Amino acid sequence: MSNLFSSSIGKKLVMSLSGLFLIVFLLLHMVLNMTVFGGAETYNAMCEFMDTNIFIKIMVPVLAAGFIFHIVYAVIVTIGNRGARPVRYRVQNLSKSSTWESRNMFVLGLIVIAFLVLHLYDFWANMQLQHFVGGEVAESPYDLVVSRFANPVVALCYIIGVWALWFHLQHGFWSAFQTIGLSNQLWIRRWKCVAKVYAWIIALGYTAVVVYTYLCL
Amino acid sequence: MNLKLRIWRQKDAKDSGRFEEYTVENISPDTSFLEMLDILNNNLIHEGKEPVAFDHDCREGICGMCSLFIDGRAHGPDDDITTCQLHMRKFKDGDTITIEPWRSAAFPVIKDLVVDRSAFEKILQAGGFISVNTGGVPDANAIPIPKADADESMDASACIGCGACVATCKNGSAMLFMAARVSALAKLPQGRVEATRRAKAMVAKMDELGFGGCTNTGACEAECPKGISISHIARLNREFLCAKLKD
Repeated sequence: MSNLFSSSIGKKLVMSLSGLFLIVFLLLHMVLNMTVFGGAETYNAMCEFMDTNIFIKIMVPVLAAGFIFHIVYAVIVTIGNRGARPVRYRVQNLSKSSTWESRNMFVLGLIVIAFLVLHLYDFWANMQLQHFVGGEVAESPYDLVVSRFANPVVALCYIIGVWALWFHLQHGFWSAFQTIGLSNQLWIRRWKCVAKVYAWIIALGYTAVVVYTYLCL
Repeated sequence: MNLKLRIWRQKDAKDSGRFEEYTVENISPDTSFLEMLDILNNNLIHEGKEPVAFDHDCREGICGMCSLFIDGRAHGPDDDITTCQLHMRKFKDGDTITIEPWRSAAFPVIKDLVVDRSAFEKILQAGGFISVNTGGVPDANAIPIPKADADESMDASACIGCGACVATCKNGSAMLFMAARVSALAKLPQGRVEATRRAKAMVAKMDELGFGGCTNTGACEAECPKGISISHIARLNREFLCAKLKD
């Protein structure tokens, strides 16, 4: 294991494992969001369950660590890779040889981080932060969600964030398995297909919650 | 065909370099790209100017010497070819063609369009080989190898070490080059003996020489003149991570 995480492949391994962990979290979060379709009682009951569940309490710092590792290593890898080409090409046409999202994972990541900050400010700061620093949590999380998404600018910001995530997942999902080495000529096609399906499920699922809340509630 | 060429000129490794423009006239569409550069150099010599330095050797797509980043693509606007196999019919009369050297911290420019690719040799010297005792010629088929493994090893062995993977990768990564060698040996029993040491030594050398890391864009596979698959990179990752876990 010596020097594993200082090697170029080791750094990408951290990106892959933390990315796959966050991918699982995204699905769980999306399913929980969908309880909004069940009305105020269902949604608030879900929030109450999440607030009191010991497993969730343990997983919150683990989740934060997942985000931090993914973001910090993304910065380290990106800076290192830019240094590998000190003189840039005057003309470079990569559109024929690689996908747009694969070349812009860092930029997409920045958009997702901006969305994450907005999201934490909107909800986490009113629903969970108080468990750590004291104070009153929002009485009805459901009302909080409805009031935030009633603002079209906020709703639009969330949709932009979710579709940046769609791009990010299209590449990140299969790329993670490639980096871990769980891929070959057959599986690389399968992972790319699964990545597309997964990215669509996540993006449509999250968008549906925002659109439904904005239009119907 | 009449063409305008925008070519990177650099006197030596220390020079900062710049683009210079030239025109070539009456070029046949059936001329190869390197022959077109020969014609340009002939004109420059007649005018008493310094000809453009560029790498070339076999001119039949197997030596890997010709490089050139042409109009934004390694080996120019065609697929599965080296620059010597590129023909002027791929361009239009009146085009302006931008010609640059491979750009990588690990491939410093020596002069004009010529870069030093000895970093590849250093990676191979670190572990891209098998150790064999000298002696008589071994019997053919003494070590049976499944056909599928032999085929995959042979596909990886098609790498000619041209450096197009590094040149086109947005990170200047040498992972496809290295993966081709690791994969070619990993699929054969003769290569398994030193597999653990090989993956670690080659990756360490690649990182040390200033190549970037792989972010799986797949551009290397698309621009590789031999069409080497990035699935070999997955095998390299597997070999490297398993080797590290054994430490």
